[in-house]
Amino acid sequence: MTAVAVVLMRDLFAVVMLTGIYSLLSASFFVVFDAVDVAFTEAAVGAGISTLLMLSTLTLTGRYAKESTQKPWLALAIVTVTGALLIYGTLDMPTIGSASAPIHQHVAPRYLNDSMQEIAVPNVVTSVLASYRGYDTLGESFVIFTAGIGVLALLMVLQRRRASDVDAHGPMHQHLILRIVAKILIPLILLFALYVQFHGDYGPGGGFQAGVIFAAAIILYSMLFGLSAARQTISQPLIFALSAVGVLLYGGVGVACMLLGGNYLDYDALAEDPVAGQHLGILLVELGVGITVASVMIIIFFTFNGRSLSERGRRR
Amino acid sequence: MIAHLPILQVVIPLLAAPLCMVVRIPRLAWTIALLASSGAFAISLLLLQTVLETGTVSYLLGGWPSPWGIEYRIDQLNAYVLLLVTSLGTIVLFSAPTSLGQELPADRHPLFCTAYLLCLAGLLGVTATGDVFNLFVFLELSSLSSYTLIALGSDRRALTAAYRYLIMGTIGATFILIGIGLMYMTTGTLNMYDLAQRLPEMSQPRTLLTAFAFFVTGVCLKLALFPLHQWLPNAYAHAPSVVTAFLAATATKVAIYVLVRFVYSIFGTEFSFSTMPLQTIFLIAALLGIFICSVSAIYQSNVKHIFAYSSVAQIGYMILAFSFGTATGLIAMLLHLFNHALMKGALFLAVGAVIYRVGSSQLQDFSGMGRHMPWTMAAIVAAGLSLIGVPLSVGFVSKWYLVVAALEQDMWPIAVLVLLGSLLAIAYVWRLVEVAYYQQADNAHVDVQEAPISLLIPIWTLVAANVYFGIDTRLTVGVSEMATRALFGAGP
Amino acid sequence: MNVLGLYNYWVVMVLMMLGFYIVISQGNLIKKIIGLSIFQASVFILYISMAKVAGGTAPILDESISTYSNPLPHVLILTAIVVGVATTALGLALVVRIRESYGTIEEDEIQAQDEEA
Repeated sequence: MTAVAVVLMRDLFAVVMLTGIYSLLSASFFVVFDAVDVAFTEAAVGAGISTLLMLSTLTLTGRYAKESTQKPWLALAIVTVTGALLIYGTLDMPTIGSASAPIHQHVAPRYLNDSMQEIAVPNVVTSVLASYRGYDTLGESFVIFTAGIGVLALLMVLQRRRASDVDAHGPMHQHLILRIVAKILIPLILLFALYVQFHGDYGPGGGFQAGVIFAAAIILYSMLFGLSAARQTISQPLIFALSAVGVLLYGGVGVACMLLGGNYLDYDALAEDPVAGQHLGILLVELGVGITVASVMIIIFFTFNGRSLSERGRRR
Repeated sequence: MIAHLPILQVVIPLLAAPLCMVVRIPRLAWTIALLASSGAFAISLLLLQTVLETGTVSYLLGGWPSPWGIEYRIDQLNAYVLLLVTSLGTIVLFSAPTSLGQELPADRHPLFCTAYLLCLAGLLGVTATGDVFNLFVFLELSSLSSYTLIALGSDRRALTAAYRYLIMGTIGATFILIGIGLMYMTTGTLNMYDLAQRLPEMSQPRTLLTAFAFFVTGVCLKLALFPLHQWLPNAYAHAPSVVTAFLAATATKVAIYVLVRFVYSIFGTEFSFSTMPLQTIFLIAALLGIFICSVSAIYQSNVKHIFAYSSVAQIGYMILAFSFGTATGLIAMLLHLFNHALMKGALFLAVGAVIYRVGSSQLQDFSGMGRHMPWTMAAIVAAGLSLIGVPLSVGFVSKWYLVVAALEQDMWPIAVLVLLGSLLAIAYVWRLVEVAYYQQADNAHVDVQEAPISLLIPIWTLVAANVYFGIDTRLTVGVSEMATRALFGAGP
Repeated sequence: MNVLGLYNYWVVMVLMMLGFYIVISQGNLIKKIIGLSIFQASVFILYISMAKVAGGTAPILDESISTYSNPLPHVLILTAIVVGVATTALGLALVVRIRESYGTIEEDEIQAQDEEA
C-alpha cells in the first residue's frame, strides 16, 4: 500500500504526493462506509490542504531526506508490542456492521429517531455536530484558530519592505490560458463554497468544508496572480479580524442563548419555536465555523508563502 | 448566574482570547487577559464553595440531557484542580509584560496573550468536562497553544524543544483517541458518568483492557511520567520564563487529574489495580523517575534544566503516592499536586527574574546574585526549602502524608527511599545556593540590580502561599480528603 | 467469533502501526509529521469502521430508508480531522523555523549542532 512506500522513499516530494493519495483512498473508504461528511472533509483537508501545506514547507526546506542512520530495532519493538496489543483488543470486538453492537444501542438511536422532531435537520451528522455536541465543535473551531495563532507567531514576517518588490507575479503568471480558466473558475468555486455552507442541513457539507473550499479559491487566485495581488484584494488585518470574528460569533451565539434564559449553546432559547431556534442557531454557528476555517486557512497559506518570498528576497 | 458558573469558568478565557488578538495593542491585550483570568479565578472560588456546600454540580451544554449532549460535571476533585489552575495562571500572567519584555518583540505580545488564554481555557476545559471526547478536544487546544508558547522562546533550541513536544504530545493524544474510541465501542457512550455505570456490565474484557492501556499510556506521555518524560526538560528550559512557570505549575497537573479521574471514577479501583498490573508499573516508574531525574538535576549546568528535571522527579512522587491505591496515598498525591504547583511556580518565576537581569540561565551566571538580587534569591531559597520538604513549608506537608501512606502499607523501604530522594533535592538546591551566595559575581554582572517590583510581587505571593499552606492546611487537606472520600465512595 | 468480520480492523491496525513506526524511526522532521498524519488518518478509519451498520446508509434522514449508520463517530472524526490538520500546520511551521535557524531538518544533525553550542 501507499503507506509502505512512504517509509521507504527518500524523495520527500513523492512522499507528500503519496500521502495525498493515501488521504484520497481513505476518503473513498469513508464513502463506502457511509460517512459522506467525513469523506468530504478528508478529501478537502487530507488530500488538499495538508498536501498544499507540505509542499509549501518543502519549497522552504529542500526536497530530499537523508538515509536514516538510526537503528530501527527499538522503534520496531515498540511498534510490534503496541500493534499486538491492538490486535489482542480486537478479538472481543463485535464484527463490523453488526447492528447489535453496543455502540449502536445506547446513545446513537436517539439522534436517528428524535432529531427530526427536535431539530428538523435531515442530515443527522449536522444536527449532532452543531447542536447535540455543538460544544465540541466550538472547541474544534478554537483549535483551528489556535493553529492560526501559532503559525502567525512563528512565521509572521515583519513587513518593513513591501512584498511586491520581490514578487510581482505568481508562479504561474505566464500561463495565459490558466489565468482565463481560473478567472471563470474562481467565482464558481466561491459559489460552490456558499452552497456547501448553507446546504449542510440537507446533504453532506457544512461550515468546515465550505471554509476549506472558500480558502482554496483564494489560494488558487494567489497562485495565479501573485501573493501581493491577493493581498491587495483581501487585506491582512481584515483576515485576522475575520478569524477572530468567526470564533466569537460561535461563542457569542452560546452567550446569547444564556442571556435568553437557556443553557450555553441551547438554541431552543433563540426563538419562540424551539425548532426555529435550532435552525437559526445551527445556521449561525456553521457560519462562524466557516468564517474561521476559511480565514485561518488563508492566514496559514499566506504566512507560509510570505515567508518563502522574504527568504528569497534576503538571499538575493 | 450561579447556575452558569461551570461554563463561564471556561468560556470567559476562551472568548477573551480572540479579543486579545483583535486589539493588537500589547498593554490592552494583557489587561484583557489578566481580567479574564482573574475572572476565571473568582469563578473557581465560587465554584469550589458551591460544590462544598451542595455537592456535585452538573451543567448540560446546549440543554441536551446527558449522555446525548455534553455535560460539565464539577465535584470536589475538579473544583480543587480548577482553583489551582486559575490561581497559578493569574499570578504568573501578572508578571508577563515585564518578563517577556526582553524575550519577545512587542508586536507579538498580543499573540502571546491569545495563546496563553487559549492554553488556560483548554486546561480548564479538560478539568471541567464530563465527556471523554470533549476532553480530547480541549486537551489538544491546550497542547497546541502550549507548543506555540514554548516555541516563542528566544533561543533556537526552543524550536526543536517545541517540535519534539509536538511529536510526543500528538502521539499521546492519538493514543488517547484510540483509547476513547475503544471505550466508546464497548459501551456506546462518551459521558464519563455514564461510562462508569456501564463499564462493569460489559463483557469485552480484552477490548476494554486495550482501551485502558492506550488511554493510560497517552496520559502518561502528557504528564511526563518517567521514561516518557524526554520532551519536558528542554521544553521547560528553553520556553520563555513565564511560560515555564505556567506550564510547570498547571499542565502536568491537569494530566495527572485526568489519570485520577479515569482510574478512580471511570474504571474503578478494582479494575485498575486488580485486573491491571498498574500498581507495580507505576511504582517502579515513579521510583526510577525520582532517582534518575534527581541525580540528573544535580549534574545540570543550566538552572532551568535543574528544576525541569526536578519536576519530573516530583511527578514521580505524585505517581508513587498514586500507586499505593489507598485513600491516604490519594490524599498525599492531591496535596503534592497543589503544593508542587506552588513551589515550581515560585521557583521558575524567580529564576525568570534572575534571567531578566542577567540574561542567561547558566548556573555560572547566577554567581554572586545572593548579594545583588537579595529578594529574588531569598525567594528561590524559600521555595527550594519547600521543595526539599522542610517543616513549615508545603513540601513538608505532602512529604509527611506520602511517608504515612507508605508506612500504612508496611512499605517502609519506600518511606526510606522518599527521604533519600529529599537528600538529592538538597544537593541540587545547594549547588545553586552555593554559587549564588558564596561566589563573587562575574565582572560583567557587578552592576546587576534587584528585579523590578512587578516581578517580585507575584514571586513573593507564591512564596507566601508556600508558607501559608504549609501551616494552615485546612483548605488543601480538607478538600483533598473530601475528594478522596467521594472517589472511594463512588467506586464500584 | 467471525474472523472475517474483524479483518478490516486488522488492516487498520497495521496501517496505524506503520504511521507510528514512521514517527518514531525517521530522522527527517517532515517525514515524522507525515507519519503522524498517517497514524491519525488510520485512527479515523478505525472510528468510521465501527460506525458502519450492515445494510445501512449515510445518516441523512429520508422517509424511504430505515437503517442508517451511526452518525456519532462521524461527528467525532470530523472534529478529529480538524484537530489533526491544525497540528500538522503548526508542526510544519516549526519545521520551517528550524530549517531557517539550523540549516537542516535532520534530527541527528540538529542534535550535533546543539551539542557544539
